Amino acid sequence: MHILLRGRDISDIYKFDVYTANGGYEGLKKAVSMKPSEVIDLVKASNLRGRGGAGFSAGMKWSFIPQSEPIKYVAVNADESEAGTFKDREILETNPHQLIEGAMICAWAIQATAVYIYLRGEFWDVAHALDERIAEARKAGFVGDNVLGSGWNCNVYTHLGAGAYICGEESALLESLEGKLGQPRVRPPFPAQKGGGLYKEATVVNNVETLTNAPWILVNGPDEYKKIGTEQSSGNKIFCVSGHVNKPGNYELPLGTTFRELLYTHAGGIANGKQIKGILPSGGSGPIMRVNGNDDPILDTKLSYEDMAKAGTILGSASIIVMDETVDMVWVASKAIKFFKHESCGKCTPCREGTFWLDKVVDRILSGKGQESDVDLINNIAKNMSGVTLCALGDFAANPIIHTIKNFPEDFKAHVEKKEVAAEKAAPAKAAPAPRRGKEAAAQAGD
Amino acid sequence: MSIHDEKYAKRIEATFAKYPDKRSAVMPLLYIAQEEYGWVSPEGIEEVAQYCDMDPTQVKSIAGFYTMYSEQPKGKYWLQVCNDLPCALRGADEFHKQLKEYLNVEEGGTTADGMFTVEHVMCLAACDKAPMLQCNFHFVENLDMEKMKAQIEQWRAEAKAEKK
Ligand SMILES: Cc1cc2nc3c(=O)[nH]c(=O)nc-3n(C[C@H](O)[C@H](O)[C@H](O)COP(=O)(O)O)c2cc1C
Ligand code: SF4
Ligand code: FES
Repeated sequence: MHILLRGRDISDIYKFDVYTANGGYEGLKKAVSMKPSEVIDLVKASNLRGRGGAGFSAGMKWSFIPQSEPIKYVAVNADESEAGTFKDREILETNPHQLIEGAMICAWAIQATAVYIYLRGEFWDVAHALDERIAEARKAGFVGDNVLGSGWNCNVYTHLGAGAYICGEESALLESLEGKLGQPRVRPPFPAQKGGGLYKEATVVNNVETLTNAPWILVNGPDEYKKIGTEQSSGNKIFCVSGHVNKPGNYELPLGTTFRELLYTHAGGIANGKQIKGILPSGGSGPIMRVNGNDDPILDTKLSYEDMAKAGTILGSASIIVMDETVDMVWVASKAIKFFKHESCGKCTPCREGTFWLDKVVDRILSGKGQESDVDLINNIAKNMSGVTLCALGDFAANPIIHTIKNFPEDFKAHVEKKEVAAEKAAPAKAAPAPRRGKEAAAQAGD
Repeated sequence: MSIHDEKYAKRIEATFAKYPDKRSAVMPLLYIAQEEYGWVSPEGIEEVAQYCDMDPTQVKSIAGFYTMYSEQPKGKYWLQVCNDLPCALRGADEFHKQLKEYLNVEEGGTTADGMFTVEHVMCLAACDKAPMLQCNFHFVENLDMEKMKAQIEQWRAEAKAEKK
């Protein structure tokens, strides 16, 4: 059953008429017939948790907004830039009205003045189509002035980013929306507080997938929602499966589905008859899992917030990158660190300098010129970056190093002992380093 | 040449209407400047700064922070190939290399005829359709060199037809 990817069941549900003919905007109607605080309580009771990575209770987040403030905002996080993540895009392309409806339910619950949907710049075509969908909803009275005759005014606007992963971090997103460099803010104040949100007003920031759940919850009730999933992880989740599987793609399944079911029943199994060696369960940023072939019991781990934590990793955005036995994990670490080096906003020294040095030394190891002491060196640099930076990107960047060394020591050993390493041929062709634009710009601007 | 041109007036007005603060229009307006000049030229920066009541150096730093603003002229077709980890697991590095060889360009370079710029970028949220690239902000997916060559021919033909 699809709650989110309903375009899979009804192919033209992106159209306004088709959406409303299939129950669309009933959740918003229900919400507007209730008191805002009742809507918050209902969403809280559903145990809907944020799908952007951290898994924080959505209803709880909404309840932090001070009701007495005259101006409040909803910012929808459609920056979707974590490597391996492509779920929000499918929602936006195939079921956009449900996101608009979900965002409006949140907006009603906090009595927001306006909703801004922040899309990564590369979603250029998606954003322009979304503008048309918003116009349809406005014309029908679901968005804009006097929503459903309630006397409440709330518009929905899109805003395009321009290619910066860090703008997915909520405070950087708000900075970017204000026309500044996309660099995280010092907290507190938090976005939900006066002084910490958009234009200094209290703001809810939620991921696209999180909000797209809201209409279903309003219509079917929190108890029905909690029947799906596990004790602590309610509802469905979209799993983005990429890498060495036969059928990469998005799969919407109940939280608590096992890796084995996801990869074999849905994603078509491992490509080319190979054995699995490792899985990155939360894109490039979460701890990598070691898998000793396709029979490893670790594949029976349930994909829920609590079970993934027990397995020493995170569910995060549930971007499942599958790697088979031919993959060299030093090469994986190198790919990951190049990403974070490129995307570090440059505001704090441990992240800016740390990613630079990690990239340099990992490259040295990868090219066979490294020493055993280099492995200790990168492990130390990574550990020293953890927990001391302004935003979580510093930790994200340290993770691939710390956990590939911990889980695949033999790959590092093979490189420093200059043995033949599997898939050496897959190593990236030497390319000119990408200009460190973010950092240079930050250093020049200083604002 | 200018973003003051009549053809942008409506879009610029609609942009300012979205936000309570003029400064928020800087990113959308930089896109318009890029459309007009082909890159965010000094004139474009100056005009955006005037519109948004900002200092041109601030506008320039914004343009520099984000990778989708081009700080120098690019080829008519700006090809940004994703070679991030998920795409690379499905052959994107090799595809990127072959594409550069086929067009005879270096990383980040533009072909002698000014038609194509090739560079690599990070994940574009299309990892299940690798190899893929973004051409002037539109996605081209599920590629191999065979399909790519046909696409290149099509772009060349389009450009030729435009000239006439
Ligand atoms: C470096 C960094 C990048 C992030 N990128 C995204 C993103 O692309 N999309 C997203 O929804 N959340 C992203 N987040 C998480 C957001 O900061 C925030 O927690 C989220 O939007 C909250 O929404 P949720 O509670 O609905 O998950 C990122 C966080 C960090 C630290
Ligand atoms: S941790 Fe990195 S990305 Fe985050 S604020 Fe510091 S420098 Fe910027
Ligand atoms: S890694 Fe290429 S689109 Fe995600």
